Amino acid sequence: MLAKRIIPCLDVRNGKVVKGVNFEGIRDVGDPVVCAEEYNKQGADEIVFYDITASFEGRGVFLDVVRETAKKVFVPLTVGGGIKDVDDIREALRAGADKVSVNSQAVKNPQLIKDGADIFGSQCICVGIDAKKIADHKWTVYINGGRVDMGIDLIDWVHQIEKLGAGEICLNSIDADGTKEGFDIEMLKAVCDNCTIPVIASGGAGKINDFYEVFEKTGATAALAASLFHFKELTVGQVKDYCRNKGVIVR
Amino acid sequence: MIAIIDYGAGNIFSVKNALDYLGFESRLVSDKESIIAADSVILPGVGAFPAAMKKLEGTGLIDTIKSEAQKKPFLGICLGMQLIFDKGYEFEECDGLGLINGSVRKMEEPELIIPHMGWNKLEKLNDCPLMNGVGGNEYVYFVHSYKAHCEDKNISAYCEYGGRVPALVYDGKYVFGAQFHPEKSGETGLKILKNFGGLK
Repeated sequence: MLAKRIIPCLDVRNGKVVKGVNFEGIRDVGDPVVCAEEYNKQGADEIVFYDITASFEGRGVFLDVVRETAKKVFVPLTVGGGIKDVDDIREALRAGADKVSVNSQAVKNPQLIKDGADIFGSQCICVGIDAKKIADHKWTVYINGGRVDMGIDLIDWVHQIEKLGAGEICLNSIDADGTKEGFDIEMLKAVCDNCTIPVIASGGAGKINDFYEVFEKTGATAALAASLFHFKELTVGQVKDYCRNKGVIVR
Repeated sequence: MIAIIDYGAGNIFSVKNALDYLGFESRLVSDKESIIAADSVILPGVGAFPAAMKKLEGTGLIDTIKSEAQKKPFLGICLGMQLIFDKGYEFEECDGLGLINGSVRKMEEPELIIPHMGWNKLEKLNDCPLMNGVGGNEYVYFVHSYKAHCEDKNISAYCEYGGRVPALVYDGKYVFGAQFHPEKSGETGLKILKNFGGLK
C-alpha cells in the first residue's frame, strides 16, 4: 500500500533557512543542507526547498543549496518559489530537484503548467495553491505569498490545473497557515473530492494529532509543515510513529 | 565504470549523485563506444514512452543497448524500466526495446489517485540479486501513471496499488528494471543500487 508522506519544508533566504508566520515576521534557523540531512535521518519522505529570495544573486546561492543536498540526501527534493518559466524549471531540475512547485506564476500564466508537463513530465510539476475562504464552501486563489486575491474559485482552478497536466497539488490554507490549529480539513476535503491527482496538505499543523486528523478525514496523500519541524517542536519520526500507531500507513 | 545513458530524458544527475555517494565510478554517456566499454549500464528516464523512444532512436544507440544488455548488467529506471518491454501504450502504440516480454499500459483502476506518487512497500516474488539485504518491510519511491504487464516469472518484487504493480523486474540474466527510483528511495534504494553496482 502507498504510504502517507510527511514532508518538511525549508524556507530559504540568502542561503539560510527562515520561517515566517503568516508570511511575515521571519526568523532565521540555520543551514539548509544540514537541516535537510537531519530531516532525512528523521525519515522525511520528501523535502521541499522554498526560495523566498527575490534577487538574482540569491537564486544562485539557493540552487547551490539544492545541489549540495542532492549529493547527500536521497529522497525526492522539490523546489518552490521563483519559478517563472520553463528555463527556471530546467535549472531547478539540473540542480538536483525532482519536482518544482509553481504557484503565483501558474495563476498568471497557466500555460506554464502545460509546457512544464509536456517537456519534463507531469510527475515533476507540483502546483502550489494559496487559498482563503470567502463564504460557506467557497474559497478563492491568492498569489504573491497570500497577498493578492485573484478572485478565482479554488475548485475551478483545481479542475483547470489537472487538465493542464499538473502531477500534484500542494494546497496551503491562508486561514490556517501559522495558526497551529490544525490543517484546513474542510478546504482539503473539497479539493481532494474534486481531483484525481495527489494532494499535499499544507498550513496549520501545530500538534501531532493534526497529521493523523488530516489523513483520517481527507484524501490528502501527504502533509507538509515547516516551523513545527524547524523549531523541533516535533520530529518527522515522532509524527510518523504516532500516525503508524493509529493505523495510518507510513514508511 | 557504470554508463548512465544520457538521451535527454529525465533527472540523470540524481542517479549519478547516488552512484558517486556509493563510490562507484560512473559516467553520463551518449555514444556507443562508452556503452560497449562500460561494466554495466543504466537507462534512466522520466516523461512519456513514445517521446523517450524517439529520443533514444535519435541517439542511434538502440542496437547497441539491445546487444550490450545481453552481455552485462543493465538497469532501466522508471521510464527506463518501461522501455525494456516490447510495447508501450502511452498516447499511441509504440515499440520498446523488447528486452523482457510484456507491455506498458495506463493504470486505470477507478478511484485510484494517479500518478502513483510516493513510497510503497516492496513485496518479493522471485529471487533477484538486487534484492539482497532488502527486508520484508521496506519502502521505495514511485512516481508513474503507467505500469508494466508481464509474466510473474520476470517480477522480482511488486507493490500494491489498485492491484499488483511490477516494481522490480528481471530477465534472470542481465536485464533489470526498477519502476521506482532507487536513487530517490533512501537507504533501501541505495542498497539496491549497491547490489547492481557490485554485479559482474
